[in-house]
Amino acid sequence: MKSLAKSLAIASCAVLLCLTGTVSFADDSYRAQMKGLDEQVQEIKSDVLGIAAELNRLEEKLLYPSNTQVAVFVAIEKGNSLRLDAVQIHIDGQLAAHYIYSHKELDALRKGGVQRVYTGNVPTGSHQLEIAIMGKLESGKDVSETGSFTIAKGIAPKLVGITVKGSGSAQTVLEIGDW
Amino acid sequence: MLACISRRTLSKGLLSFGLATFIVAAPVVVEPVSGGELKDLYFGEALYYAHQGEFFSALERLDAELGQYHDLDEPSRDTLYRHVNEAEFSAGDFELNYRMHHRAGRAIKAVLESNVDEAVRNEAAFRLARIHFQKDQYEDALHALDRMHGRVPEQIKGDVEFLRANVYLGSARPTDAANVLKKMPATDGLKGFSAFNLGIALLQDNHQADALNQLDKAGQLKLRASDEAGSAIKDKANLVLGDLLFDSKDFSRAQLSFDRVRLDGPFSNRALLRSGWAAVSAEKFDRALVPWDILIQREPTDSAVQEAMLAVPYAYSKLNVHGRAALMYGRALESFSKELEKVDASVESIRSGKFLKALVREELKQNKEWVIRLRTLPDAPETFYLMSLMASHDFQTALQNYVDLDDLRQRLVVWQRNFDAFDDLIKLRRRNYEPLLPGIDAKFRELDSQIRLRQEQRKHVEERLHAMLTGPRPDYLATADERIIAERLGQLEKHLDNNEDARAEALRLRLERLKGVLIWSLNTQYHERLSQAYKHLSDLNSDIAVLTQQYDAFVRARQAATHSYVGYDAPLSRLRRRVGDALQNVGVVMARQGRLIEMVAVNELSLRRDRLESYQSQARYAVADSYDRATRDQAEGERR
Repeated sequence: MKSLAKSLAIASCAVLLCLTGTVSFADDSYRAQMKGLDEQVQEIKSDVLGIAAELNRLEEKLLYPSNTQVAVFVAIEKGNSLRLDAVQIHIDGQLAAHYIYSHKELDALRKGGVQRVYTGNVPTGSHQLEIAIMGKLESGKDVSETGSFTIAKGIAPKLVGITVKGSGSAQTVLEIGDW
Repeated sequence: MLACISRRTLSKGLLSFGLATFIVAAPVVVEPVSGGELKDLYFGEALYYAHQGEFFSALERLDAELGQYHDLDEPSRDTLYRHVNEAEFSAGDFELNYRMHHRAGRAIKAVLESNVDEAVRNEAAFRLARIHFQKDQYEDALHALDRMHGRVPEQIKGDVEFLRANVYLGSARPTDAANVLKKMPATDGLKGFSAFNLGIALLQDNHQADALNQLDKAGQLKLRASDEAGSAIKDKANLVLGDLLFDSKDFSRAQLSFDRVRLDGPFSNRALLRSGWAAVSAEKFDRALVPWDILIQREPTDSAVQEAMLAVPYAYSKLNVHGRAALMYGRALESFSKELEKVDASVESIRSGKFLKALVREELKQNKEWVIRLRTLPDAPETFYLMSLMASHDFQTALQNYVDLDDLRQRLVVWQRNFDAFDDLIKLRRRNYEPLLPGIDAKFRELDSQIRLRQEQRKHVEERLHAMLTGPRPDYLATADERIIAERLGQLEKHLDNNEDARAEALRLRLERLKGVLIWSLNTQYHERLSQAYKHLSDLNSDIAVLTQQYDAFVRARQAATHSYVGYDAPLSRLRRRVGDALQNVGVVMARQGRLIEMVAVNELSLRRDRLESYQSQARYAVADSYDRATRDQAEGERR
């Protein structure tokens, strides 16, 4: 049973589709009802996405106005095999974010995704940003890296990108970018 | 009788392989793109969610980013500028992955109609065609493919032709499909799929012999061991070929074909079953027992396994081993009773809502193979009986829609709760700022008038100095002392104006000399003084800049204070209403979707129950018959 379940699991969606040939499944009326409901579901999704867009704008205005907004993003350099376990961010000595990554999230970062790890408010002027990362190198060795940076907050939202660099076996480097 | 029923079952299986169901699309893995160095963090954030399969969040972010980009006067200065084509493509892909087929393609059409590079436009046309194909809109898909002209990106060339062939197959043009597939290069990922589809195209085109040859080739392709999808389609080719050969009564070749199907692939149970029936049809009952003996050791809920449980004793009875046949019929009876109990329990479980509850459990959302994992959860119905049903596209869409609706419902509930928090926040801010602001505003007005006065003065000085560059005015650069002296000299001069006295004349001369000294100083030091004045003005400008900055910062802070609690009532009440309406809609559609899923699932289980009951009655008859024969054989043996 396990092997069948496993083989079904790894078979692609296309192959699963092929199985339908022998399925004595729903008659046409069921299928028509499912199609009808699918259309309604699509409409609802569209509507909820519209609500989300409006709500996000409102939330941003209410909670993170541009003159105080600061957002910190985390990315991993392409090809880096470091297993990033956690990121800790301090702004002006105060803990802003402490994030522990799941396997799925790490995979998304490795594929080129960028995570917004923190959004908050700071007054205009200079601020001290401290980033600490914890993870494991390909060799299995634990790695812990800290970087300290000064950021200048102006009247526009401040977007800070942190890229974890290094081959995974060599020294890991934290690089900060301004957007 | 058993053979007759079993063959009928097999023929039914064969018939259900309607030609339309034969077309297979290569696994379309719509991977979000992010070519080159990422320049836009928000696009990167959308990719982050897409790579995790969270397409709502991905779309939410990408829609916002694209909307903002298109509203810009100078989009070329935006960070998304370098990724905009990828972003538009990704929006279409995300919508497709989120099963929003109506909306998918909208962004891609925008790329297609914009002024972009030929290769980009061709890729857009391909993506659009793929969306139409997935929506079964074959004419539109062909139309999109026909829009491709000139340079086609190398990495999609094979996919374009494969898609074209599939569209032809979908629109009942097997000759055209076969022509395209024959010319297709043996691209690694598509090799198995194109070989199989060519066989199907030839079959649809009534070239039976060529089709069999092609399926034979497709079933023996050399593929990479890691190409799981390719291996599965190779199995499929062997299964279909075996069925066709079985139908044409070429049982030995059919068995060979079935035997090529991998033992651990998704088609292995059916292949083992059919391999046995092919041997039985060739009257080689002992050979039929080889695949069937393997099969009966497998998952007893599988229909092929259940059929094999009857087929094995049938083969033994044909080999005149009636005692063993009777024993195995007995075991089959026992197994069918247990399975019937499982099916009944599953129906009961579904009717009591446990299936729907299991569908939306959080642990399933973490796993891509959630359909498989469903049965491992406590309190979930036995879903193995629903495996085939769950593998069907329509039912999977229905299940996924139910899960999506639950996700939307949860989001809406959270948003609805947030409104109260927003209200509290606004109330607190109002309570904090409203008593403070009048005093601050009054003080500010006072300072504001002083600042404006000083700014006017500075402006005046600047204008004067500027004018002095073309019309020198040394007197403007006199020091305060010099001004007092000049004024005093003027007063004294006036005083002596009507005095004709000789002493007065001497005083007038002294006055003239003193005025001369003053004018001399002013004129000879003019350039130095002008430079000095400019330097002072520049120093003043720096001070004024700091002042302006502080002024602007104050104005912004003051505005922010008002904006933090004013102007939210209307949008919040509109959003509250929209969320409420959406929540109601979600509830209604979710209930309908759930009911339909339960109905279809129960229906499927009822069919399986009927089949099990039929097997049970066949087994009951056969067990009695086998015991009779075994007893007769034993009596005959004793008599001899």
